[in-house]
Amino acid sequence: MSHGNYTYKPTNAFTKWLDTRLPIIRLMDESMMQFPTPKNLNYWFAFGAILTFMLVVQIISGVVLAMHYVPHETLAFNSVERIMRDVNYGWLLRYMHSNGASMFFIAVYIHIFRGYYYGSYKAPREVLWLLGIVIYLLLMATGFLGYTLPWGQMSFWGATVITNFFSAIPVVGPSITEWLWGSFAVDNATLQRFFSLHYLLPFVIAGVVVLHIWALHVPGNNNPLGIDVKGPADTVAFHPYYTTKDLFALVVFTMIFSYFIFFNPNAMGHTDNYIPANRLVTPPHIVPEWYYLPFYAILRSVPDKLIGVILMFSAIFVWALLPWLDTSRVRSAKFRPIFRQLFYILLVVVWLLGMLGQQTPDGNFDFYGAELPISKLFLSQFLTLYYFVHFLVLIPVVGLMETPLPVPESIAKAVLAKTGGSTKPAAAVRSPETRV
Amino acid sequence: MAHSTDNANVTRRDFLYVASSAATAVGATMALWPFIHQMNPAADTLALKEVEFDLAPIVPGQIVTIEWQKKPVFIRRRTPEEVRSAEEAPMGELKDPQADKDRVQKPEWLILVATCTHLGCIPSNLFKGDFGGWLCPCHGSHYDTSGRIRKGPAPNNLAVPPYAFLTDTKVLIGAEPKPAATPDRG
Repeated sequence: MSHGNYTYKPTNAFTKWLDTRLPIIRLMDESMMQFPTPKNLNYWFAFGAILTFMLVVQIISGVVLAMHYVPHETLAFNSVERIMRDVNYGWLLRYMHSNGASMFFIAVYIHIFRGYYYGSYKAPREVLWLLGIVIYLLLMATGFLGYTLPWGQMSFWGATVITNFFSAIPVVGPSITEWLWGSFAVDNATLQRFFSLHYLLPFVIAGVVVLHIWALHVPGNNNPLGIDVKGPADTVAFHPYYTTKDLFALVVFTMIFSYFIFFNPNAMGHTDNYIPANRLVTPPHIVPEWYYLPFYAILRSVPDKLIGVILMFSAIFVWALLPWLDTSRVRSAKFRPIFRQLFYILLVVVWLLGMLGQQTPDGNFDFYGAELPISKLFLSQFLTLYYFVHFLVLIPVVGLMETPLPVPESIAKAVLAKTGGSTKPAAAVRSPETRV
Repeated sequence: MAHSTDNANVTRRDFLYVASSAATAVGATMALWPFIHQMNPAADTLALKEVEFDLAPIVPGQIVTIEWQKKPVFIRRRTPEEVRSAEEAPMGELKDPQADKDRVQKPEWLILVATCTHLGCIPSNLFKGDFGGWLCPCHGSHYDTSGRIRKGPAPNNLAVPPYAFLTDTKVLIGAEPKPAATPDRG
């Protein structure tokens, strides 16, 4: 951040020597220790650190799984079962990796919706936001490729359905699909290239994450009030304040992660993937991994292949346009009463789309066991329409029409007003044994 | 060198810049091609283009699924009623209009690539859908007894693979016309 007064001084002979040649300790100190961070960040802002941790978990567990996994159509399924049964701690590594993917997506969705709620995509953070969308697309690709590798029924048929999206492209679609497969259907060639790319993409993600963090460190963090940092009174050093806060959030997150690994490892998977892939039998009901379900519902809502595929990709792409669709200059939803309601409605819509994506395409909507008198097709079309209306109509219009609430003058003033003025912290420091 | 007046500022060096960048661009593009083309089906995959199948054991009304080019293929011995319903389907109702006689060599035998033209699932033999043909379980496409799309998201009819009857009861799938070989490989 431009107003940061960095005070790194190399202390011993080696760090002095290194600092004039490769100032990497200085860089680390300035960006991860002294980095001035708004003092009002809440726990929703901890997910960036959690995501970094998850990327490391996935890369480490993935690299060791690759030491035992065999990417071949006749061996892949059995090699995964061998990992589960025979490899020392193989079950732990695989459950860590498969549940890790789900936890990664839980964290990334919270991270994205946090950015949406607090307006983190608005100027001057548009590039930061776009890099985030790129990371999200890479994550989806990596997750999809990885899900193919166990070569179970869902792996095979999920890969078939998703690669067939490209066959919707006019004229060249079928050739592109065969090029992706390396065959006339999903085949051994497909499995091998998917493995190669699944191994590659996480490192590409890591690269884009570096750019994402770089782009974050130019304007600095957004914050729950969505107002700019005005001076040193508004910030605290990243270390120890946010290293500690992030670490605590990470511990809680890891506890939930551990619950899935140790007590419910298949909760977020599909039982059909424990059936070896069979190219002559399509499972009665193909569902993608849970994190793609809302988009899958959008795809199925349209009875036209090409339009369905276009809508599905647009549903993701529209997030990249947010910085320009949102016409309001107030960032945080805290001060935008109408936007805040639209935000929660969108959450419900995305959730319902996810439920629709989980269900068979025909019949009436099943709402947690209760059959509602509304057809799934109609509901998914209505929700898809609303989804796009939300982004393309409501967000631009509401930004112009809405009267925002008064925005505080500065982060420091808002924080002090919340804690009842400046006397309290001072009193607490004077006599920490009594409650103030 | 003789310069005309309007390009008096163009030097020999400018020409070399343009020519060498153009050559570099073409060369880079050509170097890219092997990395792209390696992903297309390999020679051994292309070699799996013909499968012979004995039709004798199939009874009328039965559907058999076999594998050709790693894809499932339906061989359906149609009953006279199924043939009639396929032939009598009004063209105006078809999403991808094609007469039944253009989709079969012998009316009794319907041979189709069994991948739904929507997103590649195998339409179900058990659930025949609203038109007596097939119902795709994934996204609900209905096919008739000629394998033509009648309802649902699939854009096209089930494809008819190239085939030839070797005898009355033997069929060679993938027979004609031959897919282009790969002459560039010598």
